[in-house]
Amino acid sequence: MTTIDAGVQSSMIDPNVPIVNNFSIVAATENGSGSQTANNTLIRAIFKMGIPVSGKNLFPSNIQGLPTWYTIRVSAQGYTARREQSEILIAFNQRTADEDLSKLPSGGVCIHPVDMKFANLRDDVVYYPVPVKDLVKEINPPQNLRDYLANMAYVGVASVLFDIDRAQIEAALMHHFNGKRKAVDLNLRMVDLASAYTREQLPKRDPFRVAPMNETGGMMLIDGNTAAGIGALVGGVSVVAWYPITPSTSLVDAITEYAPKLRPAVDDRVNYAIVQAEDELAAAGIIVGAGWAGCRAMTATSGPGISLMNEFGGIAYFAEVPIVIWDIMRMGPSTGLPTRVSQGDVLSAYYLGHGDSQHICLLPGSMQECFAFAGTAFDLAEQLQTPVIVLSDLDLGMNNWMTHPFDYPEQPLNRGKLLHTEAFERFLADHQQWGRYRDVDGDGIPYRTIPGNQHPRAAWLGRGTGHNENAVYSERSDDWQRNMDRLTRKHNTARGLVPAPVQDRRAGAKVGIISYGSTYDAVREARDTLRDHGIESSYLRVRALPLNDDVSQFVADHDIVYVVELNQDSQMLQLLCSHVPAHAGRLHPVNLCDGLPLTASFVSTRILQHHGVRN
Amino acid sequence: MTTVANRPSNLIGLTTLDYQGGNSTLCAGCGHNSITSQIISACYDLSLDPRQIVKMSGIGCSSKTPAYFLNRSFGFNTLHGRMPSVTTGVALANRSVLPLGISGDGDTGSIGLGQFKHIMRRNVPMVYIIANNGVYGLTKGQHSATADVGQHLKYAGTNELPPIDICTEALASDCGFVARSFSGDAKQVRELLKAALCFNGTSVIDIISPCVTFNNADESTKSYGYGKGHEERIQDITFVPSFNEVQVDYEPGSEQIVRLHDGPTIKLRKLDRDYDPTDRWQAIRLLEEARANQVFMTGLIYINEKRPSLQQTMHLADTPLAYTADADLRPSREAFARVMAEF
Repeated sequence: MTTIDAGVQSSMIDPNVPIVNNFSIVAATENGSGSQTANNTLIRAIFKMGIPVSGKNLFPSNIQGLPTWYTIRVSAQGYTARREQSEILIAFNQRTADEDLSKLPSGGVCIHPVDMKFANLRDDVVYYPVPVKDLVKEINPPQNLRDYLANMAYVGVASVLFDIDRAQIEAALMHHFNGKRKAVDLNLRMVDLASAYTREQLPKRDPFRVAPMNETGGMMLIDGNTAAGIGALVGGVSVVAWYPITPSTSLVDAITEYAPKLRPAVDDRVNYAIVQAEDELAAAGIIVGAGWAGCRAMTATSGPGISLMNEFGGIAYFAEVPIVIWDIMRMGPSTGLPTRVSQGDVLSAYYLGHGDSQHICLLPGSMQECFAFAGTAFDLAEQLQTPVIVLSDLDLGMNNWMTHPFDYPEQPLNRGKLLHTEAFERFLADHQQWGRYRDVDGDGIPYRTIPGNQHPRAAWLGRGTGHNENAVYSERSDDWQRNMDRLTRKHNTARGLVPAPVQDRRAGAKVGIISYGSTYDAVREARDTLRDHGIESSYLRVRALPLNDDVSQFVADHDIVYVVELNQDSQMLQLLCSHVPAHAGRLHPVNLCDGLPLTASFVSTRILQHHGVRN
Repeated sequence: MTTVANRPSNLIGLTTLDYQGGNSTLCAGCGHNSITSQIISACYDLSLDPRQIVKMSGIGCSSKTPAYFLNRSFGFNTLHGRMPSVTTGVALANRSVLPLGISGDGDTGSIGLGQFKHIMRRNVPMVYIIANNGVYGLTKGQHSATADVGQHLKYAGTNELPPIDICTEALASDCGFVARSFSGDAKQVRELLKAALCFNGTSVIDIISPCVTFNNADESTKSYGYGKGHEERIQDITFVPSFNEVQVDYEPGSEQIVRLHDGPTIKLRKLDRDYDPTDRWQAIRLLEEARANQVFMTGLIYINEKRPSLQQTMHLADTPLAYTADADLRPSREAFARVMAEF
């Protein structure tokens, strides 16, 4: 494997030269053993020391027993993409111990329970054996907490070996347990016991450590699904219908958790409804009904759910019903790898439905955008009276990312061309007639009324069948064609309303890179590596479909444009080819479909190889 | 709203014309057209404001009918088998409107059976009419899931699978209003509709509604001839709206009065059998006997208004969600700041 990570390289680890704030830790544990508490404590403590971190949870589709890995990247430079190699292994899973050990670089570190058996002990690795069972025995916790506490032992060991601030560990536990002192103290006892053991019995023989920085002040750690859930509540959601599916479930969990805090009940009554539907068909149907009746309605799902929502995608597009669908993309096809990341639903989401339909898709690439696009999606759905699909993914949705706190939105909700009774009367006074699907303003967007409008002429019958401008059933060819032409006009209007791409143009750069979503940090880091190799690049991050002229211009302005994405069929590249057919030859795929969060080294290696640069 | 001279008007000053829809495009003589007429009559008689009603349907002949009544009501002709979920969304969005849904035996008994069961489980307040003719019409004559064993159709041949009984399914799902009727029995359809429109919860009316084109041979249990010849009413139903006083002019033991939540009552005059539709066990036995003995039993099979509606279960505010002020949909700055501080 070619490794050009910005982190340390395997051959370079010298135990006598300190490596500060620039390494990765991987905790290999069993799924369901409660290691998340230990991992969250570690990452939060380092983060609160002012050091940039990122955490990636590589977990199986399983409740208990299968192996799981949690990687914490510590990066003074602020790189947060996953790295292919970790220097420090916390080997707490017997079943994967040998393979995990084999992946360590020479000079790496292995922290393990003293009774862990390795088939081949490498002599180029530093071992720190820990008598975990004895430590647990000494504390003698209730039986059901033994595994949890066992995992806290590696927090204690790591805190001493790598200089992680004990006060920050305590604060992280306080945060994790919502200030429940009893739970905090129990865990802290294990941390302290393991720390004492490390100080007395495990002299430091490796170069890795952290040192406080001032790079994370005012920032927070959050996952994209939580950000989106809070964003939806801030964005005025009032009906949520969903069906459990990994990795989207935690988005609705976040709405359920934060709704009482953000939209508190009045006299035990609330202004939102969260319904666990019987399947994704019903979830889609419920939000179509609620959206049609005037609510901000949303669902959250993943690829298989998107498939089931296909028919509703069609009727919502054609009946022009505002709804928001969050697709937290995971690996397909079929059930695929339910707990692994992918960007494989780009085409199926964009063309969701039957016949001709193109949907507004938003592509958040950061925690800020997971939060903000939740509101933007509702605004666009109501402005354009159409479904908006937000394409997030498992890496964004379920992993821990650093971000600045979110801003309270300054703009009011944009309800679009929604006519209540009085507005309807004014509309009739101005225009003499109203038709549900009449294009009054030339932008393809008609004026909408909802049940409860008291004007006797405001009612209409929604339908997925052919209709004329007055929403009356029609099989006339001219009615159909006129309606489809207007929908195309509306889609073109959308190009100017959706979030524009973010660009970082570099003077003289002949190489362009286009990516979207969770790939952003890997590309950012890869561009630095490319620059070190003499390749300056410009960057465009697509944030929405349909694509607009900015994208065309970017492609036209560069000799070669790499399209970085996490799917097998280069789905965004396909859309780009049809968007800029004249320049399609400049587009070159840098795509991967291995289920893991993208690494910078994959991107830079592929591009360097394409340029014939050896490294 | 305009009142046409010489036409009687109801309590809110509307005539039957105000409850009309477009012209039906169904076959002449279709049972569904009779149901349409009774919907218009029932809404007129109850002086319902068309703006209170939202017409819902799925896909099929019956699901086309919302275009033929209550032009002043909003409506949504949704997807095949998916009326229940869309209606659930409408009911959550606006608790001040009453969904009136028309489905068919294919739409409800086959493709939509799952959603049918779940809307009753949630007890979404709506009138759920199944216009049941045992056959697919728009696709030209296939057996539906409610077809009786032995039902013979020109192209589809003889059905050999047992029928799904809509009312049994409703009862099993704890539906609080289960009725069966016959589109040829105008008065019973109308009275049941009125009661259903006033019921707080999902009210299911399975109406045998003959398909004159594909399934009207006399030997078919879904035909006019069969219905006229074999309908056996469980009771004689009269709905008494809350604005009419109940006249206690019945002989004890011969009539049963069922009072609904906000005043109206259903008067049930007993016929051949001593039947109490508030008794779930009796209802189950009745349906089972009707199935075993091939009896076409009609009337109010079960009524129980005790279950909370979905809006009540979800603790929804009185203001319809769709009419919540934008300012109330957005959290306060203070609440938002508190949440941000948690991280």
